[in-house]
Amino acid sequence: MTSAIVVSGLHKSYGSTHALDGLDLEVATGEVHGFLGPNGAGKSTTIRVLLGLLRGDAGDVSLLGGDPWHDAAKLHRRLAYVPGDVNLWPNLTGGEVIDLLGRLRGGVDQKKRADLLQRFDLDPTKKGRTYSKGNRQKVALVAALASDVELLILDEPTSGLDPLMEEVFRQCIEEERQRDRTVLLSSHILSEVEALCDRVSIIRRGKVVETGTLSDLRHLTRTSIHAELAASPNGLASLPGVHGLDVEGNRVRCEVDTAQLDAVMRQLSASGIKSLVAQPPTLEELFLRHYEDDAEPLAAVR
Amino acid sequence: MTDFAGTGTLVRLALRRDRVLIPLWIVVFVVMAAGSAQASIDLYPDVQSRVEAARTANASPALVSLYGRIFDESSLGAVSLFKLTAFGALLVALLAAILVVRHTRAEEENGRLELLSAGVLGRYAAVTAAFIVSAGTVVLLGLLTALSLMGVGLDTRGSLAFGLTWASAGLAFAGVGAVTAQLSEGARTANGFTAIILGVSYVLRAIGDAKSDTGWVSWLSPIGWAQQIRPYAGDRFVVALLPLVLLVVTVLGALALIRRRDLGAGLVRPRPGPATASAALRSPLALAWRLHRGSLYGWGFAFLLLGFLVGNIASNVDGFVTSESAKELVQKLGGVDAITDAFLSTEMGVLGLLASAFGIQAALRLRSEETALRAEPLLATGVTRSRWLGSHVLMALFGTGVLVLLGGLGSGISSGASLGNMGRQLPRMLAAAAVQLPAIWLVTALVVILFGLAPKLVTAGWVLFGTFLLIGQFGAVFDLPQSVMNLSPYGHTPRLPGGDFSASPVIWLTVIAAALTLASFTTFRRRDIG
Ligand SMILES: Nc1ncnc2c1ncn2[C@@H]1O[C@H](COP(=O)(O)OP(=O)(O)OP(=O)(O)O)[C@@H](O)[C@H]1O
Ligand SMILES: [Mg+2]
Repeated sequence: MTSAIVVSGLHKSYGSTHALDGLDLEVATGEVHGFLGPNGAGKSTTIRVLLGLLRGDAGDVSLLGGDPWHDAAKLHRRLAYVPGDVNLWPNLTGGEVIDLLGRLRGGVDQKKRADLLQRFDLDPTKKGRTYSKGNRQKVALVAALASDVELLILDEPTSGLDPLMEEVFRQCIEEERQRDRTVLLSSHILSEVEALCDRVSIIRRGKVVETGTLSDLRHLTRTSIHAELAASPNGLASLPGVHGLDVEGNRVRCEVDTAQLDAVMRQLSASGIKSLVAQPPTLEELFLRHYEDDAEPLAAVR
Repeated sequence: MTDFAGTGTLVRLALRRDRVLIPLWIVVFVVMAAGSAQASIDLYPDVQSRVEAARTANASPALVSLYGRIFDESSLGAVSLFKLTAFGALLVALLAAILVVRHTRAEEENGRLELLSAGVLGRYAAVTAAFIVSAGTVVLLGLLTALSLMGVGLDTRGSLAFGLTWASAGLAFAGVGAVTAQLSEGARTANGFTAIILGVSYVLRAIGDAKSDTGWVSWLSPIGWAQQIRPYAGDRFVVALLPLVLLVVTVLGALALIRRRDLGAGLVRPRPGPATASAALRSPLALAWRLHRGSLYGWGFAFLLLGFLVGNIASNVDGFVTSESAKELVQKLGGVDAITDAFLSTEMGVLGLLASAFGIQAALRLRSEETALRAEPLLATGVTRSRWLGSHVLMALFGTGVLVLLGGLGSGISSGASLGNMGRQLPRMLAAAAVQLPAIWLVTALVVILFGLAPKLVTAGWVLFGTFLLIGQFGAVFDLPQSVMNLSPYGHTPRLPGGDFSASPVIWLTVIAAALTLASFTTFRRRDIG
């Protein structure tokens, strides 16, 4: 398996702000890769370095096998980019922008263009200034999706889209995946990431703190357990992976690392289980844990 | 009254944003007036020398059309400040209008006003606040100028009249700015409208000043009104009622326009356009042309018109020399032909300065495209940085070339036609226009290299331009050393038609401009975008 994007040890500062602090990122060819992290974590900065718009201070960056700083224009013909904030030229229509950007990338697929315009319900005859935020976003999306490229780099592409349009977007990305295109998708919408992405990387303060498939990541989360036992429990507190243990007579509440679930269940059934509620981990919990400012595990807060 | 809610807050916000800019401008104007008056007082110690200087000025069509007449040849104040009366009023008016647009349309365009409007802002709050700030600035500016002129020893009544001249022009154009800010959706276009109105006002007064039988034309122009207050030469305070009436009318007009439009919208609603791009729109250069062409058409038309006017006035130089003493003076200065040429070369210099303003503005477009995040999506396609930079640089350099040549064409045709020697006059004026270009390109190139090296400082391009302008206009009055005078590229431009042409300054200016432009490509390739 080859990699469309390989970043290792990337640093980037803006004056005194250390925006990227040794970032590592790998996106395999043909996968849809989610890129998540709290505001100001460095997602857009990473993307701009990948596009050769910014120059990294240190570290290696490889994009489609080339160096984005030196071969920017050549590599750009093979990718399409949708920025998080789309500003259009006030006196150009949306249709003109779509054609212009497509041609500068090396060509527009007219059939696909017409199809996308219809699916996104976008009027291409309006002037740039008169589009709403969501419609500006659609112009950039149609321009990117209508070009025949290997790699899509999308920075919060659905910000401003209504739920209906977001559904259309998901279908489009699904189709791209089937055509074996590579997608790097930065997003704050967890359901979107869950639905679309093969793998995700979570970035925090300029570093990637988790990366893997969603089921890999689920293993890193905790299952919350409420149990009523026949006798009072013993030995639970000394088991590894048990958090926030709360015993009230024969009742037990706790959070268990998913990897340790088996051992904990054995211990519980040793005391005789009368009733049990086990809540599976949600992705939200995982993300929120990384979004929390002071890396404190969420369970401890409860 | 809820329509005005939040005005006070916005005034404070605007004053905070401009806490450096406004005092700086006031100081520049006050120092310019007082310094210029002091220098002239030293230069013309007695009535005799004053009258002589004033007669020379009044006999020169170049000076009269550029600055206006000296209404009292023996008045110390009138002679000292003649270059600053109408010209200064023009600059104050520009400042006043820009201040209003800056705090209304520009804020609306970038969406900040919407953020605030969601709070407790009445619909008139923004325009009222901007107007208060602008009017307050010019009134204070006029008052301090008057005080400083009294300070250097000019008489009180005249000094107050002079301050009123500037302040009234400023007030009138604060009102004009309030109206133009409502018309279009872009601050750039609004300032363009203001500049056109201001330019027409200045040209009208130039026509009025040029000949006695067209004197009434001055009264069509707000700048003409400011002049007709005649500071130190009659002090006709009552004339200031005219700009004040204009002020009231424009402000009421602006409020009426606001009632008719939505936030963010202009009066002129954009119409739908083509659903697909034309086959030609496939390169950065084609896009740059799309972005610059509207303003180039407008400027080009203005230049052609100005050229015609200049050429037309030039053919009437005889009209200036009516009295015996003036005839003598003309002979001393080299005859009617020499004076006509001197007039034309001065006016071509002014066209050169105006064209530079276009060049600077076109080059600044690079930065506004970058900060508005419109450069980023282009640079993320197959377009190299050099091609993108080159497209706008080319528009700036090509545009200024077109403008001066149009000015040369207009003045060549009209002066050729009225003097009856088109075959000689047209090529002479085209050459006079062409020699302006190296200095224009150098100033444009300064903006481009700033964009490549220190993008946050690009607007310093205007400061450099203003400095060169002041050196050129007032360097001689202030008796600046030659080494400082040499800093202005415009000082090296050969004075055509009529003057000596030497190739070396033209070549040097061109070489420096080219070197700066080329260097900007290297520096821009090396820096971060954003
Ligand atoms: N041009 C700039 N100058 C200075 N600091 C910047 C600049 N751009 C970004 N930063 C800083 O770099 C850090 C990373 O910003 P970045 O835009 O990459 O975050 P992000 O992950 O995209 O956030 P968001 O989710 O809000 O889009 C932030 O602290 C931000 O303030
Ligand atoms: Mg971002």
